[in-house]
Amino acid sequence: MSNKTVLHAKHIEAGAKMVDFYGWDMPINYGSQIEEHHAVRTDAGMFDVSHMTIVDVQGQDAQAFLRRLVINDVAKLDVAGKALYTGMCNEEGGVIDDLIVYFFTTTDYRLVVNSATREKDLAWINAQSAEFDVVITERPEFAMIAVQGPQAKAKVATLLSAEQNKAVEGMKPFFSAQAGDLFIATTGYTGENGYEIALPAEQAADLWQQLLDAGVKPCGLGARDTLRLEAGMNLYGLDMDESVSPLAANMAWTISWEPEDRNFNGREVLAAQRAAGDQPKLVGLVLEEKGVLRTGLKVITAAGEGIITSGTFSPTLGHSIAMARVPRSTALGSTVEVEMRKKLVKVQVIKPSFVRNGKKVF
Amino acid sequence: MSNIPSELKYATSHEWVRNEGNGVVTVGITEHAQDLLGDMVFVELPEVGDTVSTGDDVAVAESVKAASDIYAPVTGEVVEVNEDLEDSPELVNSDAFGDGWLFKLKIEDEGELDSLLDAEGYANSIDED
Repeated sequence: MSNKTVLHAKHIEAGAKMVDFYGWDMPINYGSQIEEHHAVRTDAGMFDVSHMTIVDVQGQDAQAFLRRLVINDVAKLDVAGKALYTGMCNEEGGVIDDLIVYFFTTTDYRLVVNSATREKDLAWINAQSAEFDVVITERPEFAMIAVQGPQAKAKVATLLSAEQNKAVEGMKPFFSAQAGDLFIATTGYTGENGYEIALPAEQAADLWQQLLDAGVKPCGLGARDTLRLEAGMNLYGLDMDESVSPLAANMAWTISWEPEDRNFNGREVLAAQRAAGDQPKLVGLVLEEKGVLRTGLKVITAAGEGIITSGTFSPTLGHSIAMARVPRSTALGSTVEVEMRKKLVKVQVIKPSFVRNGKKVF
Repeated sequence: MSNIPSELKYATSHEWVRNEGNGVVTVGITEHAQDLLGDMVFVELPEVGDTVSTGDDVAVAESVKAASDIYAPVTGEVVEVNEDLEDSPELVNSDAFGDGWLFKLKIEDEGELDSLLDAEGYANSIDED
């Protein structure tokens, strides 16, 4: 029996094609994932992300605990509501999950982790918390709706009270605010402006309907994947997992090496890898001729072989793009080959970022 | 249940065939097939003049989700390809049995059409999938 979010009936009502997503019955599209993709790049779209796992971390040692748990340093967070993207690693330096940490006070944080990794994440977080004075609370009573696109904020604003609008007014990217019953964050997984809104599950269907009425297009997991890939954002399970170092997953920027005495999980291994400079790296690939780069295809470079971790057709650019793990010496701007349908095609190597705010960025 | 026009013939590999008379048939993929594949992004077609045999992989329908080979449902010579698909591959999604046709074959042996499935047979074959 698969899990259903509280918005399941709304998806069926809208004619969604449903698929199993790690035990959740979720919409893959509502007709055309390409049209949904364009709606987010040019106007506003919304995603049911209620399957994602919200975990509150509270208590005397909350800051100290998170400084151990995640590779970025939550001590850098000093403005209430600020969000931080990072990863949590095991002692071998493999990525257990990537996540967003929201800071309220040094004794009160919220984590949002992936749904596919929920059980192992909770087990790991709970085990790690044993020696700290913290309370770990999963919040399954919240639904979550991501509203994304250049018109997303304006459309949401028409539905908020004056007080709620005041709470989110002028909010910079990667911030959050509690506005009445809504926890509203300027985060997302599309490379566009917008909000991720967590709210009591029983209110979610009403908000979804109001957003529909305001002209926000429902978007499925298909568009979510092409949007995040264009934005160069990793997908856990494809672009990295426990066998992969954050240094090999374009996540080095989410590691805080200073101060040197912060003993985060995996630090020793990661520091040695960094010193050795021997980890492969995650790059972007661009194929301008026909064809679509797919996950698992072999990449052939002068320095050795690599592999495509996720590939797709980019609806915004009109050709295929991919993320690939290749030998570290592979130069940005160089041309490498991908073995595709029994032939070799030439692709360009770039930084893994393709589209931001509706525009090509390479 | 997707639409399966009764005047067409079908292959179990999801191609449809329309007899245009004069020994020419039009070939496309079914509505069911395009629905499985999702949004089409490229369609690679054979060349006019190619000779193809039943079961040859002669074209590729590439969607956001996957690339899928398209097989020649009968033996013959390619006499026309749908050039509109170059710029508008989505026609395969929006009108699989009409504007989304793929190519036309001058059929070698019209008797071969009898070995293809009728609408009912195709409906049964996709029920078994």
